[in-house]
Amino acid sequence: MAATEQRSYVGAPVPRKEDARLLTGQGTFVDNLSRPGMLHAVIVRSPHAHARIVGIDTSRAAAAEGVVAVYTGEDLKSEWQAGLPCFWPVSEDIVMPTHWPLALDKARYAGDGVAVVVAETRALAKDAAELVDVSYEVLPAVVDIEEALADGAPLVHDEAAGNRCYTWSLAAGEVEKEFADAAVTVSERYRQQRLIPAAMEPRALLVDVMPATGDVTVYSSTQIPHIMRTAFTLVLGIPEAKVRVVAPDVGGGFGSKVEVYAEDMIVVPIARRLGRPVKWVEERSEACLATIHGRDVVQHIELAATAEGKIRAVRVRLKAAMGSYLQAVTPGVPLLGAWLYGGCYDLAAYDFLCTGVFTTTTPTDAYRGAGRPEATYAIERAIDALARKVGKDPVEIRRLNFIEEFPFTLASGLEVDAGDFHAALDRALEILDYDTVRKEQAERRASGATRQLGVGFSTYIEMCGLAPSRILGALNYGGGGWESMSIRCLPTGTVQIVSGTTPHGQGHATTFAQIVADKLGVDFDDVEFLFGDTAVSPTGFDTYGSRSLPVGGVALWHASEKVVAKAKAIAAHTLEAAEDDLEYAGGRFAVRGTDRGMTVKECAFAAWHAHNLPDGMEPGLEAQHVYDPPNFSWPSGCHIALVEVDTQTGAVFLDRYVAVDDVGRVVNPLVVDGQVHGGIAQGVAQALWEEAVYDSDGNLATGSLLSYLVPSAAELPSYETDRTETPSPTNPLGVKGVGETGAIASTPAVINAVIDALAPYGITDMDMPASPERVWRALQEVAK
Amino acid sequence: MIPARFDYEVAGSVEEAVRLLGESDDAKLLAGGHSLLPLMRLRFAQPSLLVDIGRLSDLAYVRDAGDRVAIGALTRHHDLTTSDLLARACPLLAFTAGQVGDPQVRHRGTIGGSVAHGDPASDLPAALLALDAELVATGPGGERTIPAADFFRGFLETALAPQELLTEIRVPKLGGGSAYVKFNRRAQDWATVAVAVAVTNGGARVALANMGPTPLRATAVEAALAGGAGLDEAAAAAAEGTSPPSDTNGSADYRRHLATVLTRRALEKALPA
Repeated sequence: MAATEQRSYVGAPVPRKEDARLLTGQGTFVDNLSRPGMLHAVIVRSPHAHARIVGIDTSRAAAAEGVVAVYTGEDLKSEWQAGLPCFWPVSEDIVMPTHWPLALDKARYAGDGVAVVVAETRALAKDAAELVDVSYEVLPAVVDIEEALADGAPLVHDEAAGNRCYTWSLAAGEVEKEFADAAVTVSERYRQQRLIPAAMEPRALLVDVMPATGDVTVYSSTQIPHIMRTAFTLVLGIPEAKVRVVAPDVGGGFGSKVEVYAEDMIVVPIARRLGRPVKWVEERSEACLATIHGRDVVQHIELAATAEGKIRAVRVRLKAAMGSYLQAVTPGVPLLGAWLYGGCYDLAAYDFLCTGVFTTTTPTDAYRGAGRPEATYAIERAIDALARKVGKDPVEIRRLNFIEEFPFTLASGLEVDAGDFHAALDRALEILDYDTVRKEQAERRASGATRQLGVGFSTYIEMCGLAPSRILGALNYGGGGWESMSIRCLPTGTVQIVSGTTPHGQGHATTFAQIVADKLGVDFDDVEFLFGDTAVSPTGFDTYGSRSLPVGGVALWHASEKVVAKAKAIAAHTLEAAEDDLEYAGGRFAVRGTDRGMTVKECAFAAWHAHNLPDGMEPGLEAQHVYDPPNFSWPSGCHIALVEVDTQTGAVFLDRYVAVDDVGRVVNPLVVDGQVHGGIAQGVAQALWEEAVYDSDGNLATGSLLSYLVPSAAELPSYETDRTETPSPTNPLGVKGVGETGAIASTPAVINAVIDALAPYGITDMDMPASPERVWRALQEVAK
Repeated sequence: MIPARFDYEVAGSVEEAVRLLGESDDAKLLAGGHSLLPLMRLRFAQPSLLVDIGRLSDLAYVRDAGDRVAIGALTRHHDLTTSDLLARACPLLAFTAGQVGDPQVRHRGTIGGSVAHGDPASDLPAALLALDAELVATGPGGERTIPAADFFRGFLETALAPQELLTEIRVPKLGGGSAYVKFNRRAQDWATVAVAVAVTNGGARVALANMGPTPLRATAVEAALAGGAGLDEAAAAAAEGTSPPSDTNGSADYRRHLATVLTRRALEKALPA
């Protein structure tokens, strides 16, 4: 047999395996699933942000057409051995109020569930839900972080005095001395507005039960089927082996589906009680209220610098809104950014302190970037403020402060393994044609043009690839950060990947198939991807924190090595050659200096029939590998936004957007571009459009996509992307992760550009989103 | 996102639609559904009967009617934007129709539905006011013609009687310039504020979207122009007599400011220098 031609899928822009199916409507999402005798649940939600539940009369609803059952929290209380889990008790002083799936004593945000109606159809359940009569004693709401911390503020939880959830700090170096000695200091206050994740597919659940055995199958639009399975045991006491969680096609998550939600712990007991399948599908306006929100942090950042603008120390004080309850990792979100408020700059000292705060609002939790966008925003805006103070260009001040030697231990304590910050900045400036842009800006300033031009930079670094389990343990996180991947070679030459990480839009099936096709020398189309079902892939830590490739992909690489090693032993035995005499290339073992050889496919067949295996070898060709990363991975890069600001209306137009990212080695440039594009759109949206607004009574004023402004393609330019590449030395693939870079980098680039455009008017600050009215008001203010 | 229970009837003719409307106290007409259905899905609107007139294809047309252009109420926005006749005779309406929503909305939504819904933030009502259009309503007693200036009565409230449907819209052929300047935060959104200007030999008519509970004529601007004021001076009067809403897209103050800026820009486009 001739040697298989050497080829490489890794690095090639292979079209996604997933697309034909998803783009032609052949995907299967939870709401596409149905079971005979299936019932439908609708949650009755509190219209008040803060209210004592005086009484619930379910009699009219229970008597309505098609209604099978109506339950309150009191009715289901006996099902719950614990409240909803929060996996990250970050500090000794943390207050973790019990979070019952249905409110028992009081509702703590508008949207908090108080009852559930189960009926033969969804429409009948919805109609009957309007008949549930809940008597509330309305209590004062508190929606603003700083108002919640003020004396006399209404208490969200009696046990959390002053609405304080926790304090967490991290300090290194002589911060006080650096500030005392600093020639220049900068003190800035920024607000991270509250965001609604708005995944394209809202949440959905279908619970199927087998009363005879007690088996429960939960189909869920989730990012975390494995973690969710464990949660059913923790909350409901169902033995883990009796629970199967299936995440079929999942239409996006952005972190909002890294959760164990109230509905999970409501619908499962209901299905078990009724002995029938029950479906619950979230409405869009319900998703705005009852799916977690992101951000909502008040940031105070101070820089101590030399007269020329060399940063010596960073001091950060955060007040982070938890919302009304702690969801899966709510308290830990600020910690995911805690090391990064110094950005990619070389500091001597670092001081970080975060206070978690309860408010009568939807719980917050991890939202694309989780902690790292907040950190990047603060340092990237603050370094621009420093540049203005010392009279330097934003490019010059960044170059002065860049970390240049790797590996580098950040002042905050973690080690950055690789990067080249100047290279990304150089390339981005080249794409932008910086000098020409500044020239045009000067001309418009001189002519007093209505539309002023602004350039904004964000030279970012982030830590992802969550996460080394030991570090998670040191941070008191409740789980690990490893990933489990298996490879099975089937008898006739196809290969199955069994994945512990579950996609919800990323392209795992494509990227992972590329890695395995190269390692085993099989066709890309011969690699099948099995995922999202705890009965198929029993272990894993799922998808978030840009971890699927740098953790899962690396596990897969190691599993491939194991398969190749076993195949090699089979080949050597079959070919009657010493293993050392075999050369492996393109999926074929060749006996050096001869035309004799054997492919991995042939080895798989030999391993299956097992007629002639080495003594003691197990039949079958498959391998599992569980990989625990030794370090986070460290993507970095330079993003530049070019905006025009209409100084009459305040409208901001994003004219150009340049993104040069270093995400290490790229497995599939199409998939990476897709992640970068989507991330940029989301980060730009925070800068210019999106904001979840509560009125002072705690009503969500942006409860639909009419008022919560997710931008469309029409509002965004064609991104100009490129990459620099410093492979991660931490893993054999050299990969770093890309799922969050765009969202992390882009927000400050846009706001810095808006401020740059308005700098001649004396404007040095701009809250987000930089809405037309906000920009107009800022201009009015300075004109006074 | 699930409407309350309702009955549904398909009307085979205008007459049948009129009759069906009489069968219920709170019947609603369904044309393209792009204004009504979202309200029903949020249960803000809960009509007991929907009368579907979407299949009355003889109400979809753009016709030359002498000094006017006659437009069937079921003409879709997309067909207005691509009408050669409108492009020549009344480009303001063709252009404005292209500013409604997004391509999907423009392929479903109808001019009659948009106008009869009476949303002050909609694009077409402001344009029709500036054009001084005529609206033809058909009811149990036959047809009547209502001037656009009398048609919009309050928030989502029009001069149509409960048993009337809008069947035709007539707009003048424009000799002079015109402009529609819309300000919104996303291309698909309703106007935060919009200004329509139509110039005829009688002078310039200026109408505003989303500056009050109904679309409004900016009479102060028109008067200033008629009195010989310059564009800056005339536009400065744009917010006079308005009562704009405050919402997450902008405060009333900001809308008043926008009205002057946009009016200035619209006048500059519409009026020969």
